[in-house]
Parts: sequence; structure tokens; C-alpha cells
Amino acid sequence: MSTPLEPTGGIDTLENAIELKDVEGLSQGQIVRRRFFRHRGALVGLLTLVAVSVLAYSSIGAFGIPGWWKFDYRTPADVVNGGAPTMSLPTWLGGSGLAIGDHPFGQDEIGRDIFARTMKGTQTSINVMVIISVLAAFIGMTVGAIAGFYRGWVDQALMRFTDLFITFPVIVIGAVLGNLAGSAGAFWLAVALGCITWTTLARLVRGEFLTLREREFVDAAKVAGASSFRIIRKHMIPNAMGVIIVNTTLLAAVAVLLETALSYLGFGIQTPDVSLGTMISEYQSAFATRPWLFWWPGLFIILIALSVNFIGDGLRDAFDPRQKRIPSGRKMARAAALADAGADYAASRDENRDER
Amino acid sequence: MVVFFVKRLLTSLLVVLVSTLIMYVLVDLSIDPLLDLRTSTAPNKAQQIANRTAELRLDDPVISRYLSWLKGASGCVYGNCDLGENWLTHQQVTSLLGGAVLTTIQLVGAATFLAILLGVMVGVVSALRQYTGFDYSITFLSFLLYSLPVFWVAVLAKVFLAIRFNDFLADPHISVGAMALISGVVGLIVSAALAGTAVKRLRNFAVAAVVVALLLIYAEVTQWFADPSIGIALIALTSVGWAFVVTILSTGLRNRRALYSALSVAALGIALWLPLLYFWIYAEDAGILGWPLVIALFVIALAVSAGIGFAWGGPDRTRSARTAALTAIPVSATLFVDRLMQSWGSYNSNIAIKDRPIATLGSSTPNLEGDFWIQTIDTFAHLALPTATLILISFASYTRYSRASMLEVMNQDYIRTARSKGLTERTVVMRHAFRNALLPLASIVPIDIITLLGGAVLTETVFGWFGMGRLFVVSLGNNQQDPVMAYIVIVGILAVAANFVADLIYAVLDPRIRVAA
Repeated sequence: MSTPLEPTGGIDTLENAIELKDVEGLSQGQIVRRRFFRHRGALVGLLTLVAVSVLAYSSIGAFGIPGWWKFDYRTPADVVNGGAPTMSLPTWLGGSGLAIGDHPFGQDEIGRDIFARTMKGTQTSINVMVIISVLAAFIGMTVGAIAGFYRGWVDQALMRFTDLFITFPVIVIGAVLGNLAGSAGAFWLAVALGCITWTTLARLVRGEFLTLREREFVDAAKVAGASSFRIIRKHMIPNAMGVIIVNTTLLAAVAVLLETALSYLGFGIQTPDVSLGTMISEYQSAFATRPWLFWWPGLFIILIALSVNFIGDGLRDAFDPRQKRIPSGRKMARAAALADAGADYAASRDENRDER
Repeated sequence: MVVFFVKRLLTSLLVVLVSTLIMYVLVDLSIDPLLDLRTSTAPNKAQQIANRTAELRLDDPVISRYLSWLKGASGCVYGNCDLGENWLTHQQVTSLLGGAVLTTIQLVGAATFLAILLGVMVGVVSALRQYTGFDYSITFLSFLLYSLPVFWVAVLAKVFLAIRFNDFLADPHISVGAMALISGVVGLIVSAALAGTAVKRLRNFAVAAVVVALLLIYAEVTQWFADPSIGIALIALTSVGWAFVVTILSTGLRNRRALYSALSVAALGIALWLPLLYFWIYAEDAGILGWPLVIALFVIALAVSAGIGFAWGGPDRTRSARTAALTAIPVSATLFVDRLMQSWGSYNSNIAIKDRPIATLGSSTPNLEGDFWIQTIDTFAHLALPTATLILISFASYTRYSRASMLEVMNQDYIRTARSKGLTERTVVMRHAFRNALLPLASIVPIDIITLLGGAVLTETVFGWFGMGRLFVVSLGNNQQDPVMAYIVIVGILAVAANFVADLIYAVLDPRIRVAA
């Protein structure tokens, strides 16, 4: 974001003209929002994530509020038809007519409803994901901001401290901490994992701060007598927000996979709590006889992680002005009329860039 | 520069030292060696607890236990290793480690190598075809791979890749539908990757699909999968093919000397096929057959090929030499695989295998009798699935990184300069862009190796490999401090070493770093 591209004439000027026409008279927030909603993958990801969350929280209820689904995830019942799923596809898709039935995802060997269990596991994963990302974003932002702003020995000390966490695979430290915190419940597991996953963000925020602190508006704030805390909070963090938001989102996807992997290994969520990872670990030996026990938790992990990844990709595109969309041929032709004005646009664009 | 590296090494070592201390305390907090005794109903429960507390010195402060552990561990520097013992079986940790370290390095090494090779290739092609269907598909694929839970995929791989594939090998019949599907998919991928006008795409699609379909029909008619082999005809064909491919990529076909040197290397490989088979028998009788011999032969092959290229002479003989040496890699690999495949039949019908070649558990078949070739096939058959699942993790990141870095390089001014002075697209891409695009990858590899070590924890557990990751998981589950610490130290040192090597490579490749240091 800090290196303005030189307008090189020709196609570039044309593209700039189009881009400028798109963003004329809009605030930074509006531009980002527009770019985000134009990213088809991100939009689909967002809708999927919302749909999955609504399904998971409303079906079996959460936080003491009962849901609309009739089975509980803990209560064993009679195993119907070997526990096979009752959901079937419409006939034109090769199923036996559209139906949901009593146990759409099937039952396990003691008759617990797999739909209810998967939904409970999804809730756990989403809860853990949110806590980890919020905590990691906060710690990473703080450490990175302090290191980047004060530099010198503070920076050295904090970065060596960060190195301590990067030496080992996250899953190894996670397993040790998870073994400690997992039995205390999903919340504490998430807190423990949040305390070790902030490192990437801290490094990126530090890098961003190192360039930001050389900018004129920081000098201006200093001259005006603002305290360091105020400069960091009011002037620098808003400017580094793009990096923070994007990487927190990408971290969230990693967090889902980390939690489920730890639960799978037995160092994460402990029974009787349900996680998508514990379900896979519990049911993997039954794959030959009851494959549905195994399919659903995995599919929901992928759904969550994939949609979060796409949202992160959309956010990155939206925040990063270097990543331009290629205009379609028709747009290019229309913009050719503006080609003469292109140089002016490019010049004013560079000014805009500096102001940000 | 030397000062820079010494400083770097010392800080790294300090980081490892401090992190072992922190991890020692954390592991101590995390595990409870008395867990089974607390719920025990034995009459002498108090006595047992007292005994174990004394044995593991649980009443001592954790720091003093750490110091005595450190004292034992630091003995490793001068060959007097004491990493403690597994208190359940009273085995020394050092004796547990030997095989485990080797197993994990084998697994992670194979996965890293293949992931870099495939990931960089796909990433670069994806960058050159930016914003095409191929590029979008690869982007989507890499997102999907990022989002896959490894342990879930590993179980699926066991069922679909191993068990079903073994069923297929027992009765290898390819249906017409499957043939059409496979050739169609391959055709689509090839035509998308090569891009071009609609006519060109159609032609590429047709050529690739027909070639694949013919190969499949050949395999079906000759029952190739029942007894796979390469044979001299196929070796000749692939060697000459490789000679052309390598020349196209490295110097272009217009450099006749380079092409001739590559072809002479291929010819030499073909000529050596029969003598080599006798040589292997001789080597086995002499008892020198093994990986050291294979590697030595490979190095000799490289040197001889470089010599051939050099002997072709011309104004730029080094380029011919390089092309020839590069050609030697696939040609010798083909010869090696051919020899392996000749043992396939006897491996398959081995009493320990029973026609189920692709293994789902362990790193080698227990009680397998056989010569070097049988053992090597066995290793490969066991490596296949865990490596494939491990690759999935890092393939995605290598694709993303090499794509991004290639895109950045392709927009540089010197690429435009290269184009404007009339260089061919091949020269621009391979010489000016590709080499520079590889630079930033050097800093990705160590991070990726750490990620892979983490991934190995999962794959080793699913596939029942007794590697370090499994050792870690089992020991942590059994509340054993010493083996867990051994794992942590080794991973820490591996990570530091990987980082250090990457720095070194980076400094060698990029002169700007040297100036800065």
C-alpha cells in the first residue's frame, strides 16, 4: 500500500480511468465494502457461513435457548434401520424422492442423532474460532503495534519473544496447552489457542507500523502534541486495519482446523462435549459399516474453513488497491473515450493514495 | 557475512534453549503422571503414589528437574546422550528416538520435495495463465486444500486410494466409461494449461485425450496393471522424450548442441540398460547393493552427463553441460524405476503382502523377506498414502506463493526489457522470470517444513507410523515428560536448522542480502 505505482500509460491509464470512475466520491469504507461485495467467492462464502451458523445455532439451540430440532445430541434412542440417514435426494438427482425424515444424517451405534451432534460440533467449532481470532487479533495487534512503534530494544525483545512461538509447529504447543486446558471446557481451550496463534499477525502489524510511523500524518500528530497511545490508537491502527482484518480472517480458518485436529488427537475438546474433530476420531473405525457418521463432520469442517478462507480472500482484494480487477473488454472500450483524461486521473489517484 | 551467520546461529540456539525451558514447564503443568493411580482402588495406593513421586522426582521444583534434564541432554553434544526414559517401560528415550527420527525425516522429506516440485510447477503455469479458467480452478483448488482437515482426508485416502486401488489391482479392468472420463479430464487440464486460441485449445484437448485413451487401452489389453513394467522400448521412448522436454525448457530446441547432448545422454541411458541389470546382480552378490551405491551411481551419472554436454563444445558449452546433466535426472530415475518394477511381481505375491501392495498402516511390512529391491518397493508403498496426504497441505501454499511471486516478477521492468530486445518467450519466462521468482520461496520452505512436521503428527497417527509425531502424541497421552521433551528439542533444532539453511541459500542466491549483511 505504501508504494504508489507509476502510471505507465496505455492500458494502465485506461484501467485507472475505469477504476477511478468506480470509486469517485466514495469513502474508504464504501470502496472496501463495494469491492468486497463484488468478489463473488467472498459473497458465496459469507452467505454459506451465515447459513451454517443459523442452522447450527437455531436447530438445537444455544446459550440456554431451546432450538427447533426434536432430538438432543446426548440422548441415545432406538436405532432405526441400522442408523442409516433418512434424508434422500429428489428423484431427478437419483434419490428416492425429496425427504428429510427423522434422522437426516443418520444415527450412531447407540442411536444418537447425528444431525444434532454435527450441529453441536459446528457450534463448538464456530465458538472456538471466534474466541481464538478475537484474542489472537488483540494480542497480535498489541504486540505488533508496540514493537513497530517503539522499535529499538522493545522491538528486539518482543520479536525474539515471538520467535519462541514460531520454533514449534502450532499443533505441538496446542497439544500441550490443550491437554492442560481442554478438560476445562471449550472456552479455555480457545483462550489457550488464542494465546499461541497471534504470532503471524504480530509480525505483519509490526511491518506495517514500521512504514506507517515514517508518514507525515504521524509527524503531524506528534507536533500537535498527541500522546504515543493516541497516535497508535487514532492514527496508526485505523491505517493498519486492512492487514489486521484480512489476516484475522485467514487465522480464523486455521483456527477451525487446529481445534478439530487437536480434538481428533484427544488434546482438545473432551467428551461429553462434542466437536467435529472428536466425532471424526470417534467414528473413523466405523467408516466401513456406517460411512455417514464420518462424512458429515468432515463436510462441515470444510464448509466453515472454506467459506472463511474465501471471505478472507475477498477482504484482501477489497483492502489492497494493488489488486485490481481486470475490466471487461466492453468496459475498456467505454473507457477509451476517457483516455485523454487518463493522465489527470492517474495524477489525482496518486494524490488520493498519499492521503490515505 | 560470517559474523552475520554466527550471530544468527547463536540467537537461534538461545531461542531453542529458552523455548525448551518454557515447554518443559508447560508440559509439566499439562501432564499428570499420577492420573491412573488417583482413580486406582488398589489397597497400597498411597504407597504407589509415593513410589512414583519419588521415581519421577515430582516433589522437586520443576526448575531443578529441568536443569538435570538439560544436563543429560547437553551430553548429546559430546556423544553421551541421556534424554531420560519412558517411565512406563523403562526404555531409554534415545533408543526410542533412532528409528522415529529417521521415519519422520523420510516422510517429511519426501512430502517437501514433491510438494515443492508440483506446487512451483502448477503455481508458475497458473501465473502465466492469469485470470483464465485454469488459474481460477487452481486458485479454488488451493483454497479447498487449505480448508481440508488432514486427519479426515487421511481416513478417506485409506479407503479410496488404498483399499479400493488394491481391489482394482487384484482385477485390473478399466471400463470404457472410466477411460472416457480420465482421458477427458486430462485433455481438459492440458488444454487449459497450454491455453491459446479456441482452435489451439481444441487441438491440444484432442491430442492429450487421445494419447491418454490409447495408453489406457494399451494397459487394458496387455493387463499392464496386473504386472506393471517399463521395458526397454518404453525406456527408450521416455528417455528421448525427456531429452526433448528438458532441452525445450532449458535452452530451446534451436540450440542444437544442447539438444544433441541431451539426446546423447538419453542414448547412453538406453545403452546402459542391459549392462546395468547385470551390474545390480553383481552388486548384490558383492553385498554392496543399497542406497549409498544408488546415490553414488546417480552422482556419477550426473557428472558423466555434464562431461558429455561439455564435450559437444561450442561457444556456450556450460549450457549444454547443464542441459545434459538435467536430462540425466529423469533418465536415471526411469532406469531405477524400471529395475524396481521388475521386482513388483515377486513383491506382490510375497507371503507378507498377499496382493495388497498399497499399505495403510505402518512404515514397513513386518517380517518382509526380500532383497534391496523388495524392501525399497515396500518403503515406497508405505510412503505413498501419508506422503500424498501431507503434500495436500503444502502443495496449496507453494502454489499460492510461487504464483504470487511469478506474477510480481513478470510485471518487472527487466522482463519488459527482455521482451523488447526480442528474446523468445521461453527465454524470458525460464531465464529472466522463473529464476527470480524462485528467490522468495527460499524463505517459505523452512516455515513450510515446520508446518509439515506438525502435519506429520496427524498423518503418523492416522497411518500408524512410529515416527516422532506419533511418539509425541502417545507420550503426551501417557503423561511421559521425557519423550515429549525429546520430541520438542529435536523439532526445535530441525526448525532452527531449516531456517539457517534457508538464510544461507538466500544469501548465496541474492547478492543484495550479502551487501546488507
